[in-house]
Amino acid sequence: MVVKKTMARGLGLVASVFFVMAAFSAGWAQDKGPVKIGYIAPLTGAFAENGKDMQNGAIHYLEEIGYQVAGRKIELIVEDDEANPTTGMTKLRKVVEKDGVHVVAGVFLASTGYAFHPYIEEKKIPANYQICSADDLTQRKSAKWVVRTSWTSSQTTHALGEYMYNTLGYRKIACLGMDYAFGWEAIGGLQRTFEELGGKVVQKIWTPINTVDFSPYLSNIRTDVDAVYVVYVGRPGLTFTKQYMEFGLKKKIPLLSIGPMTDENILPSMGDEALGIVNALHYSAALDTPINRKFVATFRQRFKRAPSYFAEGAYTGTKWIVESIKAVGGAAEDRDRLLGAMRKMVISDAPRGPFRLDDYGNPIQNVYVRKVERVKGELQNTVIHTIPNVSQFWKYKPDEYLKQPLYSRDYSPGKP
Amino acid sequence: MSKFLLVQTLNGISFGALLFLLASGLSLIYGVMKIVNIAHGSYFMLGAYIGLTVVLRTKSFFLAALLGALTIGVVGLLMERVFLRRFPLQASPQMMLTLGFTLAFRDLALLIWGGDPYTLPTPPFLVGSVEILGVIFPLYRLFVIGIATLVALGLWAFNEKTLVGAKLRAAVDDHEMAGGVGLNVPLISGCMFGLGAFLAAFGGVMGGPIFGVYPGLDLELLSLAFVVVIVGGRGSLKGSAVGSILVGLVDNFGKAIVPELSYFTLFAPMAIVLAIRPTGLFGRE
Repeated sequence: MVVKKTMARGLGLVASVFFVMAAFSAGWAQDKGPVKIGYIAPLTGAFAENGKDMQNGAIHYLEEIGYQVAGRKIELIVEDDEANPTTGMTKLRKVVEKDGVHVVAGVFLASTGYAFHPYIEEKKIPANYQICSADDLTQRKSAKWVVRTSWTSSQTTHALGEYMYNTLGYRKIACLGMDYAFGWEAIGGLQRTFEELGGKVVQKIWTPINTVDFSPYLSNIRTDVDAVYVVYVGRPGLTFTKQYMEFGLKKKIPLLSIGPMTDENILPSMGDEALGIVNALHYSAALDTPINRKFVATFRQRFKRAPSYFAEGAYTGTKWIVESIKAVGGAAEDRDRLLGAMRKMVISDAPRGPFRLDDYGNPIQNVYVRKVERVKGELQNTVIHTIPNVSQFWKYKPDEYLKQPLYSRDYSPGKP
Repeated sequence: MSKFLLVQTLNGISFGALLFLLASGLSLIYGVMKIVNIAHGSYFMLGAYIGLTVVLRTKSFFLAALLGALTIGVVGLLMERVFLRRFPLQASPQMMLTLGFTLAFRDLALLIWGGDPYTLPTPPFLVGSVEILGVIFPLYRLFVIGIATLVALGLWAFNEKTLVGAKLRAAVDDHEMAGGVGLNVPLISGCMFGLGAFLAAFGGVMGGPIFGVYPGLDLELLSLAFVVVIVGGRGSLKGSAVGSILVGLVDNFGKAIVPELSYFTLFAPMAIVLAIRPTGLFGRE
């Protein structure tokens, strides 16, 4: 009788402790609330289509996982920075201070990326730059709290320069590009590796960013070059490619370009003038792997267009963030731990292929050499060669690489 | 060397031809009516967008040009008659008003056509290039030169040889007197503005296969148009024609010979002309 009572009390005690523990852990997860991601992209203005692509990529991933991680809901707070760093700063402050986000993501323009750095460092909030490619953001001006999952402008062109010399056999090339940092860095990278192998960039022509008529520059290109390499994106890319053909150059001199010039967003607006253009980027919608085929198919079904590298960048970046939150067991409030997880994360099933981060927070990933072809009536960036494990420093040692100044307008490898 | 000269000259003239279509309308509006029409570039852009939609639906470039120009011509007419006439000869309110319209048009275009850039498809019978004395030149650009010449001649004939043209000139020279002799000056003003808008929009469709159409086209071309009007002299058809060709050639040769000064080559002729002859080459006053 006494034994039975003690047992009953003991069982009751165990049961109540169990009950309290269960209630406590359920309440713990609920008390924490949703994980909030602040997403900054240009949704209006000249880059609205790219910004929407970014947003779609992020949404696509979150929908796939049901907006859930580690037992918590995910809330995506999207803000339009109008492709203007000042507006971007206002929105950044809003999501961090008013909405209390745990991570900041997105970021399109290089100028926005640079503008955000001091604030992010001051507030010690983990940030994931998914698109912008300004070299120095993860080199001489890198920030501790920023993890970039996109690329640097010269990362792909270092690789392409070597490919152009070794595989395509070019020795003399002419370069044209938009007169701003993106053009300088991309062509700088190309020139460096190309000339180190013995090639020569015999002409380098910078055109104002809003040039509409390229005819004066086109007729200036030396006719004895093996190829022409250009850095034009968006509307200038469209008009340049068309005019390159109209002035008879397409038949005579091969045209190579920066990856985004034949981006999946722009290709539908291009015609025969785009056929055969070779460029290099860390992604292509035509990449023939099971993971990418699935990504492209589901994306197309959901958004009725092929994913560009903007969409893939947002998709993979968001996956990066979510996997990092999972790695710290959902403790998104613990910013130091979360940042640590983001810096060490490795993803092997991103649509673009395998990648991991280097010590400066920039990806080491595949660079795909692509060629524009028409397949089933549609233009696409067919992958013709893969260069694996490309870092932002190419084959150079980081500290030696960083001793050199950033690629600029007047960059010349010969000069020390 | 002579190949270079030939190509650049042809380029310069074809660019000038497009500038003429854009600037002749502005010369009319700015020169004759003294209105600083900041929305003029918007007319060009909207004309191109409408042309894009029409040509994609009907495959007829001719229809695209016609509808694009007519629609915007009506828009211009309404803008003048309903809004601008409330501020006769008041520069600031007019500029504010046209600036407001520019912003509204821009957002409207973004809403309807989105933010992606497009080029208008070149009409099939004008695709390709021709070889002229050893240089390859796009056929379409030659066509543009031809069209602009026709438009210039047409405007000249209209102005000098027709009764309507005479009425226009009268209303411009002295609108009180013109009203006094029974001319419907307000209607004439409205129609003139509408004609300016019509020409700009027509230029937009014509320029579509070369420049493309995209958000931002409106303001990029506006500065070019003003340069032509300032260099050529406002209110003068001859001035627009000469100014366009001059600016086209200088800009082209400048960019080809010294690409580093690309930004400068456009505004240098304007500065020089303003310094020597403030009213422009053929301007009145």
